[in-house]
Amino acid sequence: MSILSVKNVNKQFGGLKALNEVNLEIEAGTVHAIIGPNGAGKSTLLNCFVGRLDPDTGSVDFDGVSLLGMKPHEINQVGVSRVFQTPEIFGDLTLVENVMIPSFASRDGAFRLNGWGQVADENDVRENAMELLEDVGLVEQCDTVSNQLSRGDKRRLELAMCLVQKPKLLLLDEPTAGMARADTNNTIDLLKKIAKRGLTMVIIEHDMHVVFSLAEKISVLAQGTVIAEGLPNEIKGHPKVQEAYLGGAHL
Amino acid sequence: MINFNVKNKDHMLLIGFIIVVALAPIIMAPIGGGYPDLLQKFAIFGIFAIGFNILFGLTGYLSFGHAAFLGVGSYTAVWTFKLLTMNVIPALILSILFAGVFALLIGFIVLRRSGIYFSILTLAFAQMSYNLAYSVLTPITNGETGLQLRLHDARVLDGLFGVTRGEGLPSTSLFGMSMSGWSGYYFCGVIMIIAFYISIRIFRSPFGMMLRAVKSNQNRMSYTGLNTRPYTLAAFVISGMYAGLAGGLMAITDPLAGAERMQWTASGEVVLMTILGGTGTLLGPVIGAGVIKYFENIFSSFNDGILMEAFSWLPEFLQHAMVSVIGLFVGEGWHLTLGALFMVIVIFLPGGLIEGISRIGNVIRRWRKPKPLPTTEADTAASE
Ligand SMILES: Nc1ncnc2c1ncn2[C@@H]1O[C@H](COP(=O)(O)OP(=O)(O)O)[C@@H](O)[C@H]1O
Ligand SMILES: [Mg+2]
Repeated sequence: MSILSVKNVNKQFGGLKALNEVNLEIEAGTVHAIIGPNGAGKSTLLNCFVGRLDPDTGSVDFDGVSLLGMKPHEINQVGVSRVFQTPEIFGDLTLVENVMIPSFASRDGAFRLNGWGQVADENDVRENAMELLEDVGLVEQCDTVSNQLSRGDKRRLELAMCLVQKPKLLLLDEPTAGMARADTNNTIDLLKKIAKRGLTMVIIEHDMHVVFSLAEKISVLAQGTVIAEGLPNEIKGHPKVQEAYLGGAHL
Repeated sequence: MINFNVKNKDHMLLIGFIIVVALAPIIMAPIGGGYPDLLQKFAIFGIFAIGFNILFGLTGYLSFGHAAFLGVGSYTAVWTFKLLTMNVIPALILSILFAGVFALLIGFIVLRRSGIYFSILTLAFAQMSYNLAYSVLTPITNGETGLQLRLHDARVLDGLFGVTRGEGLPSTSLFGMSMSGWSGYYFCGVIMIIAFYISIRIFRSPFGMMLRAVKSNQNRMSYTGLNTRPYTLAAFVISGMYAGLAGGLMAITDPLAGAERMQWTASGEVVLMTILGGTGTLLGPVIGAGVIKYFENIFSSFNDGILMEAFSWLPEFLQHAMVSVIGLFVGEGWHLTLGALFMVIVIFLPGGLIEGISRIGNVIRRWRKPKPLPTTEADTAASE
């Protein structure tokens, strides 16, 4: 069963056709990788899923509901979380606060005027946040202000912020970019563990090691068009893919 | 462990705050501030700044129009005195409510923008209110004369409860206790303590955390499933209600409301107080309000005569030179001093006086213990 269904999506920026008749079906419970050279339109596609951009034409349905026209917070509330290509975190807040906020959002909804209760009394939320920081290996820094983290650590923090929400669909835009090899491997292990629990993931990645360790299905995007789609072994030897990558900036 | 510490520190802070408010007449006496009128002013502007800080300190939305809510609070209080009763409680409740409703309406519009555009919109709205108070709304505001009590005001509730009408204008009271002099100060002091306690609760609540998230990254907030607009609107309304309360208290001290209370200079003053004391800290705004009102009191009372006397030991031509230079900074010109003080603080202590205090604290600690742990910014913020 497909949980995310993308049909004939087009998006144009001025004269540039960033997405051209994109069709994509994401099966529930699978890890689906989207690869392609820089500027292929991968991030733009994710932007159309989370309410950052509206496609010019086409449809994006999640769990049978159209995401088009929904506000970003509404989309998150129906179960879609995203890790961004440039980390989006609460830089002035501590790590544990960064993870507690999404946890409150999942528990209390898009708005709740809880000005009298005390964060210090929210032991469940705090423990939950600490567990996730433990999972991503940042628990020792829980009281550090998150601006002070390295880029790779910020990404892991953002991942914890998404995971604490127990989303139905997790979108990852280059989650290991800027990470040291060891951290990349830890992140792969963590994502594998999460995938086993049945969480659906869409992952954009340049690192083929990451892609082939995780993905059950791969779509290849080049110049806004899906040029190939299939199982990892099928994609590996695909002539069009070789060509797109050789022609692109990235290999 | 950490939680316990934060709570403990907050309790200590609150207890310390209560003690200072209670003993203020004694503490302030040696530096010439131990009289009720001035202390009352500290308390009222303290409340104004505490509330302003909930908006500006937590969400980062810089309003240049909060004096409008102060004005609404004052007008409401005086109208309550005129129509219902000279008892201050209904006046305060209605001041808070009216200012809250007004803030809701204005906030709904101005919060469509953020950053500098938000600031300009608030300024525009406050100036509109100020001008309306002088023109269209004169039946309510009594224009330039200001809204005043009259002998023949209705005072329906007072009539019902059989309060006898005296010969002269009645004075405000709390169930018979007159609101002038020391009882007036302590009444305002108690209200400020309550206001301060509420602000501590908000700072440490999940709601307060969301407001800090607004300041930090609104994008992340939306993609995290949080609707930022009602959060900012709630903060705006709460700070508007604080301003209304302060305006109501002003009317209690002196039952007269004029439109000049809504002028942009009054809005600017609370911004200065908050930044001077320490934006986003619990205690900073109160300290800022106290310092500004104290110096205003001292500096604006100096005149050339006093200065001449102070420099009488100098040769005459030097005496005149000194007086004409320093004279620029005192009396009417005291705003020049305020401006200079503000610049010094912002440049050397961007965290305000609170940062200065915690720096001194660190120096002392280092001096006592040879090898201290390095403190991060987070520590200073949390320890305050
Ligand atoms: N908001 C935008 N406005 C204009 N052009 C954009 C915008 N976002 C992306 N683009 C352009 O669309 C193309 C695809 O970008 P992107 O989706 O970021 O590629 P990638 O596959 O590397 O993530 C690029 O040429 C980029 O410059
Ligand atoms: Mg990209």
